[in-house]
Amino acid sequence: MEYKDYYKIMGLSKDATQDEIKRAYRKLARKYHPDVSKEANAEAKFKELGEAYEVLKDPKKRAAYDQVGRGWQDGQPFTPPPDWGFDFGADQGFAGARPSGGFSDFFEALFGGGFGRGRGGAWSRQTQVQGSDQHAKIQIDLEDAYRGAVNLISLNIPQTDSQDRLVSNVRTLNVKIPKGIKAGQRIRLAGQGMPGFGGGGNGDLYLEIEFKPHRYFRADGRDIHLELPVTPWEAALGATVPVPTLGGTVELKIPAGSQAGKQLRLKGRGLPGATPGDQYVTLKIVTPSARTDEAKALYEKMAKVMPMNPRAAMGV
Amino acid sequence: MKKEIVVISGTVLDESMRFSLMELCDFTKANPERVIEMVEEGVLEPEGSTVYTWRFDTHALKRLQIAIRLEQDLGVNLPGSALVLDLLEEMERLKR
Repeated sequence: MEYKDYYKIMGLSKDATQDEIKRAYRKLARKYHPDVSKEANAEAKFKELGEAYEVLKDPKKRAAYDQVGRGWQDGQPFTPPPDWGFDFGADQGFAGARPSGGFSDFFEALFGGGFGRGRGGAWSRQTQVQGSDQHAKIQIDLEDAYRGAVNLISLNIPQTDSQDRLVSNVRTLNVKIPKGIKAGQRIRLAGQGMPGFGGGGNGDLYLEIEFKPHRYFRADGRDIHLELPVTPWEAALGATVPVPTLGGTVELKIPAGSQAGKQLRLKGRGLPGATPGDQYVTLKIVTPSARTDEAKALYEKMAKVMPMNPRAAMGV
Repeated sequence: MKKEIVVISGTVLDESMRFSLMELCDFTKANPERVIEMVEEGVLEPEGSTVYTWRFDTHALKRLQIAIRLEQDLGVNLPGSALVLDLLEEMERLKR
């Protein structure tokens, strides 16, 4: 295992006061807390920080760490001294910590005794710790939400490897995506969270659904929005045109005299549910380019026959 | 040999679901007194007028889970949690 420089992790000097340690922890915890952080590696950083603080906040553990750590550099191969033994005293060392999240081997080698490795005794045998819940966001295709699917989900679980480096372990699960699920909804998978300790049950896994961006559909709750290109004559004269929906192509009647931006509704063509969503189609008028003389003449004729100023409302 | 694929099914927490105080505590392993304090502080807003008839929706479940983590990890007190939760929701809304 490698030596961990808890001071470096917390951005502190070795002579930091307990107040400084607390302040640094609070500041970094806010920065890396998985619920509020936008940092990519927030979860791993937060875990590392929690471990550093667990040692440095406790003057007894800190003193022991300082003693054993004299002369070591962060990342150096490390073996605890043969006569190493940390006395946990009355508080058992772990109050407030979240052991189910798992600390590094380095931490366990120095302070893990209180948790039943060898010297734990009666306390550890009686201790049951429930595994913590896990929360993750998953991106799925709109089509899968429409039809229902089984998706292979990969979860990154921050763990320490044999060299005691913080790595992401990938856990894969086949999860049933129920038909009609919406973005923002969560699926609760009971017992699929972090493992418990000492006979405590597993935590639960919560998966929050996000939709992958779609080429032309956009979901809003169960409603689906689509921008539909139409020709000027389809908009002006009215037409029945094919429209893609999640359930396949349907025919849509465009009323004569439609303008760009007009919204039409296909009832019940959104995501399924007790009240199925609708599909909203917004017309986008696409003008053919005047490439030939004949086409140019046609546009010029239009200008003469149907003169109009589309900017009249702007006073120009 | 055919490899068997294990498919895990969960419960979708949809907007029609409601939980009693005890069900909510069972899900989150939260202490009922703590949940009552959160209702009094306005962090959670159940339907129903008494503790016995309170019904929490899935939105409340999510808020409770985040509030518990904020308290455990950052030492945020209840008014602080309420503020953070409202701001997080505002951020989500703006992102959409």
